[in-house]
Amino acid sequence: MNVVEIEGVSQRYGDVAVLHGLDLTLAQGEVLGLFGHNGAGKTTTMKLILGLLQASSGQVRVFGRGPSDPDVRRMLGYLPENIMFYPQLSGLETLQHFARLKGAAPEQVERLLEEVGLAGAAKRRVRTYSKGMRQRLGLAQALLGQPRLLLLDEPTVGLDPIATQDLYQLLDRLRWQGTSIILCSHVLPGVEAHINRAAILTRGRLLALGSLAQLREDAELPTLIRASGLSRADWLRQHWRSEGHVTQGWGAEGVQVSAPDGSKLVLLRQLLAQDDPTEVEIKPPSLEDLYRHYMTRAATEEAGQ
Amino acid sequence: MNPIWNMARKELSDGLRNRWLLAISLLFAVLAIGIAWLGAAASGQLGFTSVPATVASLASLATFLMPLIALLLAYDAIVGEDESGTLLLLLTYPLGRGQLLLGKFVGHGLILALATLIGFGCAMLAIAVLVNDVELSLLLWAFGRFMLSSTLLGWVFLGLAYVLSCLSAEKSTAAGLALGVWFFFVLVFDLALLALLVLSEGRFSPELLPWLLLLNPTDVYRLINVSGFDAASSGAGVLTLGSDLPVSAPLLWLCLGLWLGVPLWLAYRLFNRRCP
Repeated sequence: MNVVEIEGVSQRYGDVAVLHGLDLTLAQGEVLGLFGHNGAGKTTTMKLILGLLQASSGQVRVFGRGPSDPDVRRMLGYLPENIMFYPQLSGLETLQHFARLKGAAPEQVERLLEEVGLAGAAKRRVRTYSKGMRQRLGLAQALLGQPRLLLLDEPTVGLDPIATQDLYQLLDRLRWQGTSIILCSHVLPGVEAHINRAAILTRGRLLALGSLAQLREDAELPTLIRASGLSRADWLRQHWRSEGHVTQGWGAEGVQVSAPDGSKLVLLRQLLAQDDPTEVEIKPPSLEDLYRHYMTRAATEEAGQ
Repeated sequence: MNPIWNMARKELSDGLRNRWLLAISLLFAVLAIGIAWLGAAASGQLGFTSVPATVASLASLATFLMPLIALLLAYDAIVGEDESGTLLLLLTYPLGRGQLLLGKFVGHGLILALATLIGFGCAMLAIAVLVNDVELSLLLWAFGRFMLSSTLLGWVFLGLAYVLSCLSAEKSTAAGLALGVWFFFVLVFDLALLALLVLSEGRFSPELLPWLLLLNPTDVYRLINVSGFDAASSGAGVLTLGSDLPVSAPLLWLCLGLWLGVPLWLAYRLFNRRCP
């Protein structure tokens, strides 16, 4: 059974339509990245899954039930964008309050504070917390009561690189334990390795949905091969250009060539046979490249209409 | 029941933390003791006069204070949480909107009830101990009724505060509306009633007019507290109308109860329509 099933959901705020016929599913133990620009409908999608909004049309099922069912909510953890807490309470008191509301075990509170690295600041008032600390407290809050579905809206905002890495590792651990996760973000670098599938939204429409490999295949974006420390850089560039490849200079004695699907190894062999590079870098299309590709394609399609 | 109590618990501990409970109790105690001993100063006497006079003066004081305190305590209950961003989070927890609202009400209501009990209770104790020839049973009965009805009046205005809080998009709007509601029920209503009485020159049905008092919870509250005493001596202003009112004490209590129930229900309906 799918953890989340969204079928043909449209959502309007008054006259403004923010989602058009969205179909999306999430399996158990799957991590779905939901990407899109501001106002693409990411947060609205989350609010529909949380039962905070009623879909104007279509159906949203969570664990096979309506999303506002209290039993569903007990299995759910949510980290909202720009999380805020009661400034007058300490971190510990805040988490205790939410643990009681969720019916989570009281012992879990201190363990979670430890896990997100707030044990030292637990007795301090949330008023004195930095953005990153609030974010970590928010994450601890979302993990109360061992949720089976986690919804994280911009979880890395305000986190330093190390804390971001810790967060991703935590998500990996949760995924192995069978937790399903939806991760909403427009910060893309670094997230690729930690998601199973990516969904790209724009203006309330789903542009692309699939694993990274599927998206790369679909987008037909070339892998970039960069070599430096070459003795015959100019010759290589001309040779490849004459064969129809797109090339570019890379530093003083280097070259970059775009390798479309299937030609990557051929080009690499040629490179090593003809020259003796000191450094070779192979860069497959990143999530950011894919994202840009789909966005540009959507924009040109729209302009064509 | 548990989620309601968990919400209430937070409100109650907030009330202790920001010293609201302490401040209100202290205010009540000081004012009550002051009125008990200095209330007759206008007529040239000093010291305790009588239980009915003291309770009547206390009731007129509480008519002003209780609604104001209740409105101040609760006007930001929903809109404040919404503005600070915590409402969004709370609504994703396994807790219904009705439970959330009721939890807030139980918490705020307990603060008011405790403050009334501590503040006015202290005054009652002081009178019982320090005044020699006071009739203890009368004191207990009158003060008991006064404290109970004061608490109920506070709860009525908590309910009204929730209505405003669910209605407003911003905290400052809710604060302004709360002040307006206080002004209307405590000051404007009685004046308007008097004006109606004078301007109509008796053409307005005299049977109907007293019933209008029931449209104002603070008037119902004062009627409860002056009944049973010699009305002519303690009632003043529009309340003398109340002596014509063929309404028994239980019915007045019921009326105050309705004034509590209807706003709470209305607040719940408004809250359900609200989008975080």
